[in-house]
Order: sequence, then C-alpha cells, then structure tokens
Amino acid sequence: MADLRCTIAGVESINPFWLASAPPTDKYINVVRAFEAGWGGVVWKTLGEDPPVINVSSRYGVHKNGNQAILGINNIELITDRPLETNLAEIRQIRKEWPDRVIIGSMMAVIEEDVWKSLAVKIADAGVQGIELNLGCPHGMCERGMGSAIGQVPEMVEKVTRWVKDVVDIPVFTKLTPNITNILWSAEAAQAGGADAVSLINTVNSIVSVDLDAMAPNPVVDGKGTHGGYCGSAVKPIALNMVAEIARNPETRTLKMSAIGGIETWRDAAEFLALGAEGLQVCTAAMLYGFRIVDDMIAGLSDWMDEKGYASIEDFRGMATPNVVDWNALNMNFDTKAFINPDKCIECGRCHIACEDTSHQAIEFAVAEDGKRSFTVIDEDCVGCNLCELICPVPDCIEMRPVDNGKPYLTWPEHPMNPMKTAD
Amino acid sequence: MSLRPSKASGPDETSGPDETSGQNGLSGEDIDKNFSDLHDPLSLLQAKAEADRCLYCYDAPCIEACPTSIDIPTFIHQIRTDNMVGSAKTILSQNIMGGTCARACPTEILCEQACVLNVSNEQPVEIGLLQRHAVDHLLAKGGAHPFERGPDTGKRIAVVGAGPAGLSCAHRLAVYGHSVTVFEAKAKPGGLNEYGLAAYKMVDDFAQKEVEFLLGIGGIEVKYNQSLGGTVALDTLRADFDAVYLGIGLGATNALGLAGEDMDGVMDAVDFIEEIRQADDKSTVNAGRNVIVIGAGNTAIDAAVQAKRLSAETVTLVYRRGEAQMSATDFEVNLARTNGVDVRLFASPVKIQGEGHVTGMTFERNAIEGGKLVGTGTTFALPADKVFKAIGQKIAPDMLKDFVLDGHKIKVNDRFETSLDGVFAGGDCIKSGEDLTVQAVEDGKRAAQAIHKQLNTGGEA
Repeated sequence: MADLRCTIAGVESINPFWLASAPPTDKYINVVRAFEAGWGGVVWKTLGEDPPVINVSSRYGVHKNGNQAILGINNIELITDRPLETNLAEIRQIRKEWPDRVIIGSMMAVIEEDVWKSLAVKIADAGVQGIELNLGCPHGMCERGMGSAIGQVPEMVEKVTRWVKDVVDIPVFTKLTPNITNILWSAEAAQAGGADAVSLINTVNSIVSVDLDAMAPNPVVDGKGTHGGYCGSAVKPIALNMVAEIARNPETRTLKMSAIGGIETWRDAAEFLALGAEGLQVCTAAMLYGFRIVDDMIAGLSDWMDEKGYASIEDFRGMATPNVVDWNALNMNFDTKAFINPDKCIECGRCHIACEDTSHQAIEFAVAEDGKRSFTVIDEDCVGCNLCELICPVPDCIEMRPVDNGKPYLTWPEHPMNPMKTAD
Repeated sequence: MSLRPSKASGPDETSGPDETSGQNGLSGEDIDKNFSDLHDPLSLLQAKAEADRCLYCYDAPCIEACPTSIDIPTFIHQIRTDNMVGSAKTILSQNIMGGTCARACPTEILCEQACVLNVSNEQPVEIGLLQRHAVDHLLAKGGAHPFERGPDTGKRIAVVGAGPAGLSCAHRLAVYGHSVTVFEAKAKPGGLNEYGLAAYKMVDDFAQKEVEFLLGIGGIEVKYNQSLGGTVALDTLRADFDAVYLGIGLGATNALGLAGEDMDGVMDAVDFIEEIRQADDKSTVNAGRNVIVIGAGNTAIDAAVQAKRLSAETVTLVYRRGEAQMSATDFEVNLARTNGVDVRLFASPVKIQGEGHVTGMTFERNAIEGGKLVGTGTTFALPADKVFKAIGQKIAPDMLKDFVLDGHKIKVNDRFETSLDGVFAGGDCIKSGEDLTVQAVEDGKRAAQAIHKQLNTGGEA
C-alpha cells in the first residue's frame, strides 16, 4: 500500500487530506469527529479579535445540476462567532488528545501591524503547527477591511505575511483569493513576505441563484441577499488553473502550496498533487456528505498510486506541471479524429446533434431499412474537438484516435501561416 | 432502477366469498387494497431521478414508437427543469388523453421498448410513469385549460362516440374553432376508458376527470344516451352538420359458437369489466367461485385478474394457441400469473356444461402439426360457475350496412374519410394499427386535422 504520509510546508501529516478553514472546523466536536474519521489535519475556522462577529440566519445557497446533485455552495457566513479564548482552549485540548494530527490556525484582522502580530502570537501559543492568513473571504469581512479587501492588494498581502512571519516560528500559509485578475501577483507578494506556503483558492465571489418568488439572491435573509463565497466541485477548474499557474511560474515554482477548491474525490486530490500541490484542503464535499468521504479519498488515492507504482506522493507530485504550457507551445500538427464504436453505440444521437448544430457537421446519421440507426464520423470534416466523445453517455463508445501524419512538432510561432512568424 | 412491477402481487384474501348473499365477501379494506393503483404514481423525488436517466436522444426512437408521436425527450427534459406544466402541455398537445395513455398504454411494447437504454441492457426509462406524473400535476393544479380555442369558424361537426377516438377528435376540432356536438350511446363519457379497462388501472374516477378536463377547451356539447341507428340517424347528422365523425368503437363481441352460450353465468368479459367499473361498491360484484376466462388479450387479463381480486377461488384463462401468440403483453400475462390465474395454453372450448346455469366447460387440447394448429382429440373439463368470453370484439353489424368495409371494419382513406361523403371515422371501428386507446386518440386527432382541412378548402382536402 502506498505511503500517504507527507510534509506540507514543513508540517508533517499522516495524509494530505486536511479540512479547510470553514464551518466544519468551527469547534471541538467537529474537529474531533473529523480526526476520528481519518482526516490528517484541519485548518481551524478563522479566528479574529474579540468581540466575536455575529452571523446572520440563512447562510448557504447552492447550485445544482438538473437533478439533485449539488455542484457548488455559496456561503455568507463570517469567521468564528465564538470568543477567541474559547477557540484557543479547544485547540489546546485537541492538540493534547490528537498528537499525530495537524491543526493550523486561520486568522484575519484589519490592516494594522500590532493587531496581526498579537493575534498570531496568541494562536501560535495555543500549539498550532502553522498559521494560515485568511486574505480571501469575499463577503462581509471584506466590507470591514479584512479578507479579500487585503488579499486583492499585493502590497498588503506581502506586508501582512511579513508581520506574522516576524513574530512566529511556525510555518505561515498565506491564503489567496481567486477574485483577482492574476493569481501570480498575490502569490509573488506572499512569497516576498516570506510565506512558507500559499493556500488557494479561497471562495469565488458569486450570486448562486435568484429566488424568483422573493426576487432576491439566495440565500435570502429577510427579503434581501448578498454576494457570497462560491465553493465546491464547480470551482475546481478555477483552482486547478491557479495552482498550475503558480507551479509553472519561474518566480514561484518553489513556493509550497496547500490546494483548495472543489476537491471531492481521490481523483481530484491526485490532480492537484500532480500539478505540484503538497497538501489538500477540503470543505464542501464534507459539508455535503459528512467526514466519512475521507475514507475513499485515502483508499482511492492509495489504490491508484499502487496501480501506477508510486510508493509516495513525492513520486508523482508535480509530474503534470511541465505539461501545462502556453497555447503557443502546442503542436499545430497534432491531429486526432473521433471514432464511434458501432458495437457500443446505443443510437441516442447525442453526438450527431451536438456536432451538427454546434460543431463541424462531421457525424453522419443514417437509418437502415431495418430501422437501425447508425452514426459515423466523416474524417475529412472532424477537427478532433472531443465534443462527441465528451457528451456520449456510453463509456468508451467514442474514442479519439490520433492520426499518424508523420509531421513534426510545430508551434504557432513557427507556423508558416502565422503572419507574426519569427524569421528563420 | 426499476419501478415496475410495483404491485403485481396477488390479491388479498382475508375473507372468502359469501355465496348466500350474492356478494363476494370482501371488506371495504380488501377492495381498496385489491383495486388500488397497479403502479404507484411517482413521487417528485422518483420522477426527478427517473427523468435524469433519460438521455435526451436526438430524433428519439421512443417518439416514433408512440402512435401519437409525443415528444418524449422534451417532456422528460421539462420535468428535469421543473417546468411540469410545460411538460404536460408537450404531452397533451400530441395526445389530449395522455393521462389515460400513461396508465393504460402497453408501454413495454411501445415507447419503452424503443428506449435506447434497452440496447445496453439497462432498464428503459419509465416513460409511462413520468408522463402520468406530468399530466397528473397539470390536472391537479386545475385552472384554465392549457389550450386556447381558435376563433369560431361557424362550422358544426357531429362526433359519434365519446370514447378516446371521438373525444380526441372533438377536442382538436374545438381547438380549430369548430363547434362540436358529441353523441354518446351510454350515460357517461369516456368509452373504454370509463367502461373497458381494469379498475386498478384507472383509480379515482380518472376517466371522468380527464373528460372534464378535455371539455374545458369549450365549444363541445356532449349528448348522452344517443345511439347511432337508435335515437340518432346517420342521415340526419349528415344533413344537420358540416361533417360527421364516427368514433363508435366495437359494440359487439365475438361468440364461441357453442350450444349453451346463453346460459346464466356465461357472459362477455367486457360486460364483467364494465360491471366492476360501474359498481359503486365492488363488494357487490359477484365474480363467481370457479371462473373460466377464454381469450388471450388484455381484456381477458383484465377480467381474469379482477375476478381473482374479487376473491374467486380459481380463475383459469384458456387460450387455443401458445404464449407467443397471446396479444396481451408479457407484463399483463405475468400480472395474471402472479395474481394466481392459471394460464392454460393450447386448448379450445368444445362444450359448455350446465342446465340453466353453467357448471363447467370441456376443452380439447391442441397441438401444432406442420405449422398448423390442430385438435388432438383429447379433452379435459373444468368446473365453472362463471365463464367470461374475451375472444375479440366487432362492430355491431347494423352499423356497417351503409359503408364500404375493410374486413370487418369501416374502410377509410388516408384522410379518414369513409365511403360516405362528409363522414369520417377513426378508432377501433377502422383498421389503424392496434386497437389501443393511444391509437384511437391519434386517429381522432388526425381525422380532426383532415376534417379541418376539408372544411377550410371547400371540400378539396
């Protein structure tokens, strides 16, 4: 069985699965239940200065697919609404009871040096193995000059990171907001401030749906709603890209990453690790299904690693990063064609209508005399877009077959039809 | 996921028949249990989950398999998007009796047989149950009729028969703005939906609710107890109306051709089913103790299963050929078996026993020789105090005298015109696919289109 033990920004963990700073890590009972379920660590729900905030009633909205499955949650809950000392006492207690597990203390404050420093010291003194700076919360706290209000200004990201690094001797994770134009600016700022790692992504600013009876955004709080933080599997593609951008940027490629964003399965986890993340944080999946989902994250990742022959996470971590390139580095001569396996086809016609209406009219639909429907790819017209393969409901029915055209790797900058082509 | 068969299990027999009272001895509770919905309606959760299984096929085979060409992928997609009213309208725009068809259609040989999921050996989408879910939602919601009547054309059309063929035609004609008068021989509308289907397929007086909904379009007047050739003459209708449409169904039944067929206890299965459907209290229906049903169609099954559910001790369904030749669907035959009906194949009736009242029947065993069905000469006897005949129906002969025929049915062209000028026909009284409610609805709809076209073009269709 593969060894899932790992070190995340210098913090040793029995597995890469931590719960992100959020409602599931709000208090003793939740965190103990998480550790009982097998989670390697938690990032405690963000702590702030007393007096604690007050949360509103009605806090979540969801984005569902056509049926019952939730693709994303949007939340408007603020940071912990319990006194600082209550939280710290519980952290101390769990540190004693669960010595092999990780607790990272998440914190936020207004942009004042002494506030950041004194709060960081108090949290570090409670025995946490690291501190995470919440510079990403996109709702509520930003209106008070905290969270994303700081995270959206690279200079402030650097400054806050440095303040905390100055006063604690444990790893500092700077948590980044995706609500910016370029994630590299924040990542480089965190690095400049001395961050041991970045955690990303925090939630995406969103209105998840509109209640058409109340005529207000969900969640509706007495007739009104506000934009909130979007999370869950819907944001995974955004997170993957931001993680990859940091991993392949020459300035930040050594920066450690604790990846967050829609991780729901072992496969999601493996993808983030393959793009260079050292550790993983999960929230929404646990909120939807309970802490037990970690069982299959552990088992699935381990089984997959065994199958691939990876003994430890380091064996494959970052392996996909070199293959994330700019569009300009892609091979223009690569050609692939769809092939529909007639033995597997159940004749639903989805590939045909998708190609016919929205792509290249490259799938011929014929009805034989006996009524049998057939769908055949017209190779000359197929551009290899994958659409038919992606929408086909039958596993492995449509296959994309690379064409062996014998042509060399040719990028757009080298392409003869590129008017901007660099002279030979 | 398979939601079917939901309640194919046998009848509840907590008490035996009471011969002295002439009643079947079932309590109200037994009756409720034995005659509740054959398939439980889908809950919203089930409907959503089932709708999600539909692949939303392009040019879907299920549409082609539906005699009324309901756009099935679209109506299921509308269930998925919470547009339940839109879903019902998609169904009803093609089939105004989509509610009955959702209950009574042999979907396993129609839309659900064509479902592409069958190709990969998955259970097909439960199209019938989803259709019922959507239509029931609309009917329960009430409010304005979902279709609008066109401007009054001033044309008047007589429709004979308030069954699926007649009412479907009447509704579509009303949509076009014509004024329709329906002449119905019985005291209630609905035809076989009201009188001819097993009670567990049409619970809660659904046939009447559906007719009431259908008539909500306006412009349709229904006259009851008006039989063609009796109180209503075809010539009068032709003189008084711009067009006449016959949806008269099959009023007569085939006979066994045996001596003693007029004995007490020997009756047509359709009459037995009607008795059950029309009984205010089903415990007053005496199905008999030992019952023989002769026939192999869905009517035979409806009679046999209901006899068992009315606490008959033995019910034997006898058919002269093999199971493959039975016109009842596999589901119906299995339903009979799981309800304790003894299905005897390859046996023909040769004698009815009894004096005044039937006491039994004798059957000759058949065999296939050289591809032909032949009697073997060996016989067996079954005791019976009730014999239900379900060997097919036909048009009452006096209805046919005015028309050119196609076999034993009224001949029509592709515009549903009979040999009489201005007289159209559809449903079971013509040859058009299977004798199914859904086919009758389609005939009525298409005949209305043809009538409308002819009236609009001054006779040149």
